[in-house]
Amino acid sequence: MPQPRTLFDKIWESHVIAPQGEGTYLIYIDLHLIHEVTTPQAFEGLKLAGRGVRRPDKTIAVADHNIPTTNRKAGAAGIIEADSRLQVDTLERNVKEFGVPYFPIDSIDQGIVHVIGPEQGLSQPGMTIVCGDSHTATHGAMGALAFGIGTSEVEHVLATQTLIQAPAKNMLIKVDGMLGAGVSPKDVILAIIAKIGTAGGTGHVFEYAGSTFRDMSMEGRMTVCNMSIEAGARAGLVAPDEKTFAYMTGRPHAPKGAAWEQALAYWKTLPSDPGVTYDKEAHLAAADIAPHVTWGTNPEQAAPVTGRVPDPSQIDDPLHRAAVERALQYMQLKPNTLLTDVPVQRVFIGSCTNSRIEDLRAAAAIAKGRKVADGVTALVVPGSGHVKYQAEEEGLDRIFLEAGFEWRDAGCSMCMSMNDDKAMNGERVATTSNRNFEGRQGKNAKSHLMGPAMAAAAAITGHLADVRQMG
Amino acid sequence: MDKFTALTGVAAPLPIHNLDTDKIFPAIYLKTIKRTGLSQWLFQEIRFKPDGSENPDFVLNQAPYRNAKILIGAENFGCGSSREHAPWALLDFGIRCVIAPSFADIFYNNCFKNGILPIKVPKEICDELMEDAKKGANAVMTIDLENQTISRPDGERVHFELDAFRKHCLVNGLDDIGLTEAKNTDISSYEQKARLQRPWQFGMTQKEA
Repeated sequence: MPQPRTLFDKIWESHVIAPQGEGTYLIYIDLHLIHEVTTPQAFEGLKLAGRGVRRPDKTIAVADHNIPTTNRKAGAAGIIEADSRLQVDTLERNVKEFGVPYFPIDSIDQGIVHVIGPEQGLSQPGMTIVCGDSHTATHGAMGALAFGIGTSEVEHVLATQTLIQAPAKNMLIKVDGMLGAGVSPKDVILAIIAKIGTAGGTGHVFEYAGSTFRDMSMEGRMTVCNMSIEAGARAGLVAPDEKTFAYMTGRPHAPKGAAWEQALAYWKTLPSDPGVTYDKEAHLAAADIAPHVTWGTNPEQAAPVTGRVPDPSQIDDPLHRAAVERALQYMQLKPNTLLTDVPVQRVFIGSCTNSRIEDLRAAAAIAKGRKVADGVTALVVPGSGHVKYQAEEEGLDRIFLEAGFEWRDAGCSMCMSMNDDKAMNGERVATTSNRNFEGRQGKNAKSHLMGPAMAAAAAITGHLADVRQMG
Repeated sequence: MDKFTALTGVAAPLPIHNLDTDKIFPAIYLKTIKRTGLSQWLFQEIRFKPDGSENPDFVLNQAPYRNAKILIGAENFGCGSSREHAPWALLDFGIRCVIAPSFADIFYNNCFKNGILPIKVPKEICDELMEDAKKGANAVMTIDLENQTISRPDGERVHFELDAFRKHCLVNGLDDIGLTEAKNTDISSYEQKARLQRPWQFGMTQKEA
């Protein structure tokens, strides 16, 4: 009998071209997503070496990190900041020169690279997908092996459509049961990271399994997979199932007709075999997961919103204690403060983690008929032109605007503040993005990660808030 | 890429857990389209004060460490963003080797692509090297890649493990793309096979299916 294999094993084995040295292999890449920030040096390298792009038909480009979230009709010329404009201009010049398909910034197809891959039907089960961006793990929700790479590797994939890689180990993340009211996929992944730590998945690929993920929407699975890297895993996957196939159906770049039937038959062979074992496992019960917020400066420093800021004096391990002290000093939080007593000045609903239609619906449900608190600036930035369009069709934009939120065009925006959207003067931010690192959302910005309904609740109350108390 | 065979230089202690690549190279400077000259933004937030002057408390601003070639780090070094600007900036500063108990995967890979040697050593050994690195001008270590040893300031040698292929590429300064291109026949025959098995994946980005 053949050895049972995991979803990861199957994708990995079907993409090995040849061994490349001891323990490393040359693997084939089915889809390469590129954006303006991590590619200029890669294209420059190709030019210097006189190389071309091997498979433009497996490459797609979009500008998302640098672009303004207002005045998009003007295209790249509408970008005021010179360095940002240069980076987008450079991408546009490169895709033209190398014949790479591109979604222009004034197109409805434009969006955050990790939102548009699944949305366009480009990210499909069983594929290897890479992008010069660590949140490429998002596409694992489709049952694809998707991971972030550096710019040298981007150049390698552009030139050869392959990568030199060592196989990862398998780690099972199993969550069973129904999530409580007000508990979102973001809370699930924050609880997982808090449990296993920011390096808990290093060298591993996660497979998210159990009834909680089976019951979760595709958008929710994307939120979970997106933050796999925050636990150190380069990729996180969910086995493709009927939900995946229903999501794929009719998407612009999904197979159609006979090709669909052939693809579907292949996709159904992918889930892990019964009886397979994993190198490492973590188990959580859905019922134990409360809405989470982070209090520190990495995503592992999270707690249920009903909790308090930790007290370093209660921590025995000196390195751990020093890390918590440093985080609290940066975050300007006093030990034992109730998390719901922490005020915020800015709210960001968006990013490749939480900017899909379902996220905007969840936030709008809280915002409806209420007002953003005095002194709070709140931004809603949809993940793509299509998400924005759909939200407007559903009237979500009006709900947000009437409540005092700003309604913007699609892009990465305040997740890492490479455009004009940033926290000013050390403001405290309730954010649905993925990283609460020091300075990421602006100089001395203090970021608290949470789900979209929780961020909306923070905007309304003016402090971190338990969405379950919002009625 | 410059060959890496042996390296002797000052090692700087950087005992920060989960040192993320945002801290090594902040996002706002990612707007550059170059891979050179990036050391001016290295560790920006902790290396400089808000007025732009140097923070004298930061190790790389202190005399013997201004010329550091080696960094001694803590657990999960280089976590977070995939930005290769982090190793580019380290290299531009003069760092050719980072020693830590563990590294984040993407950062670890990115180092090799730029001729920087990341060395994983057990935590107890890293703690000793961290103490060595605090000796200022005496914190001189030698990395012998061919024999896979770190020579401590007192002359003691510590062995380290390294993947043979990566070592081969570093020692010879090999360009990965060139090596892969030599396997072009294998890639083409894989593509032919894949086109039969998964035809819907070819031509997929160029037109709607």
